Amino acid sequence: MTRYILRRILVSLPVLFGIVFIVFALARVLPGDPCTAALGERTNPATCALYNARIGLDKPIPEQFAIYLGDIARGDLGTSTKYGRPVTTILLERLPLTVELGFFALTLAIVVGVPLGVVSAMRRNSIIDVATMMVANLGVSIPVFVLGLLLAYVFGVILKDTPLALPPSGRLTAGTTVHPLATVWGLQGLGGPPRAILDFVSNMYTFNAILTGNLALLGNVLSHLLLPAIALGTIPLAIVARITRSSLLDVLGQDFVRTARAKGARERRVVLRHGLGNAMLPVVTIIGLQLGGLLSGAILTETIFRLGGVGTAIFEAVESRDYSIIQAFSLIVAVAFLVVNLVVDLSYAKLDPRVRLS
Amino acid sequence: MATTAEPLPELLVDQLSGRGGSSLWKDTLRNVLRQRNALVGLTLLSVLVLTAIFASQISPFGPTQDLRRTEDVARRDAPCIHALGCPTTQPQHLMGTDGNFRDVFSRVVHGSRISLQVGFLTVGFAILIGSIIGAISGYVGGAVDNVLMRLMDVLLAFPSLLLAIAILTVLGPGLINAQLAIGIVAIPIYARVLRASVLSIRELDFVAASRALGESNVGLLVRRIIPNALTPLIVQGTLGIGGAVLDVAALSFLGLGVQPPDPEWGSMIGEERNQMFSAPHLILFPGIAITLTVLAFNLLGDGLRDALDPRLNR
Repeated sequence: MTRYILRRILVSLPVLFGIVFIVFALARVLPGDPCTAALGERTNPATCALYNARIGLDKPIPEQFAIYLGDIARGDLGTSTKYGRPVTTILLERLPLTVELGFFALTLAIVVGVPLGVVSAMRRNSIIDVATMMVANLGVSIPVFVLGLLLAYVFGVILKDTPLALPPSGRLTAGTTVHPLATVWGLQGLGGPPRAILDFVSNMYTFNAILTGNLALLGNVLSHLLLPAIALGTIPLAIVARITRSSLLDVLGQDFVRTARAKGARERRVVLRHGLGNAMLPVVTIIGLQLGGLLSGAILTETIFRLGGVGTAIFEAVESRDYSIIQAFSLIVAVAFLVVNLVVDLSYAKLDPRVRLS
Repeated sequence: MATTAEPLPELLVDQLSGRGGSSLWKDTLRNVLRQRNALVGLTLLSVLVLTAIFASQISPFGPTQDLRRTEDVARRDAPCIHALGCPTTQPQHLMGTDGNFRDVFSRVVHGSRISLQVGFLTVGFAILIGSIIGAISGYVGGAVDNVLMRLMDVLLAFPSLLLAIAILTVLGPGLINAQLAIGIVAIPIYARVLRASVLSIRELDFVAASRALGESNVGLLVRRIIPNALTPLIVQGTLGIGGAVLDVAALSFLGLGVQPPDPEWGSMIGEERNQMFSAPHLILFPGIAITLTVLAFNLLGDGLRDALDPRLNR
């Protein structure tokens, strides 16, 4: 197992290097002069020479790449041209909301998708199965931004004065204040990484509300998160339901399931105990692969629901051509994707000995 | 040396000449038509293709025509259909009008041209480049295979929409660039699919036989291996078109793809997204059009996969 882990990590290293190189290369082939892009059209050549020297653009490309690698290693992902602040700071402020949104979307996808898939497989070709698969087909075909806008319209306008009404935009009801955990717990003196982690958790408002036992805030946050989570979670939900169904059907056709039935086990037990455990491997893999889609979906979802997460930051960066933010976020997401799939592969190998022996 | 050949059995003659009997394509078509989902997909796609071909005949107005010059039209007017009781004093607009006094129905109809073109061109580009990479990788093997596949892994690590955004910030917005970006992002999928097929086919007896007969490497690859590896590529490509249509719509929604005033569904929604609460028809109709288009390709792709996958043969 250790050898497998080492080999798997070793294979990932060149890919990691390639990701960093692509992100670096994309920034260097930007059309136009980076100096005028950053400082405006009316800069003079002398200022530009100074600027280029300051950010290292006068050095040879290999040296620039080496400097870039060093910067990344120190956690320096560049400076936003629009805000004039370090990109890392901006992303750290914005990431908690996006993580929270992604977490709820994925939870929704698993909690609803897996049971739907199981029921469809158990009642194959029944009305439930046909209806579920029809909705799943629609779910992967409808664009996130269309679904989001429609949900906002239905729950924010049509159902406005009913108990089902949900806020169509924003993260909290106007006027609500959220106290940082550091203040609540009297930890203002805390510094360094522990403080950064505490602030990160503090900015995920649901966790903040749970940790401080603030039920009013929890309800407020959840009511604002529900529609975006549905919009973002529908595609993964549909995929999870379909994979669960087909994987379970595959397993239920195998000999050991027939044996279980032959010895008189109830259908429920056969499916849930013998079938589902074995059918979950492909489902776990697929869930790992959803990460990238969730983060690109967040760009659209956050824009529609006016949530100030990383997705909105990307959208604003696209509009203002603030390339450093897009570059940094692409890097983070690609590396996260690599790590998550490494973990999925390793857990797969742990669960199924055939994987590491092949 | 002349020998009199025995007459071939009738069935064999039929199969060799393509008469009667069955061919892969006929079998596939029969299997596809037997599935309800695939049939729905094929029907939707046919309607879509016809709409795109006859867009100018179907739509009552030009897709970018400002109607203020020809009739008394209101901005962002709700749909008005005379047959459904809309007063005949008002001009008829099946899907209403948009913020620039244009007929939404005409724009949605013309949008089918752009979306179909986007779907086929991007996937065609990705399949072409991906196949070349996959074929070389699978056939040559060794270090070349390793380098090419790690390169594909790198591209796959980026979420397609995000990498496309990054590429478009470099290339600049526009339809051609958006297609290029989505195409580049999709290359690894097809490279992997073709590589897997090449790996399994190159070991088969008929390939060894051709090699023994003196066929060159390129000949083996182009004439023997690739034609037999096309099936999974077609299935993946059909499913990929749906994804490409979705991605280009998303890019246009963000303002990076098709630029106004061209009638593209994603950009139509992006332009009017702030009017959702006052004029939902501006989001609804292009939204339905995107969904049905993607649905058509997904259903057809699933159907093709079921029809062509020998493991599922009934």
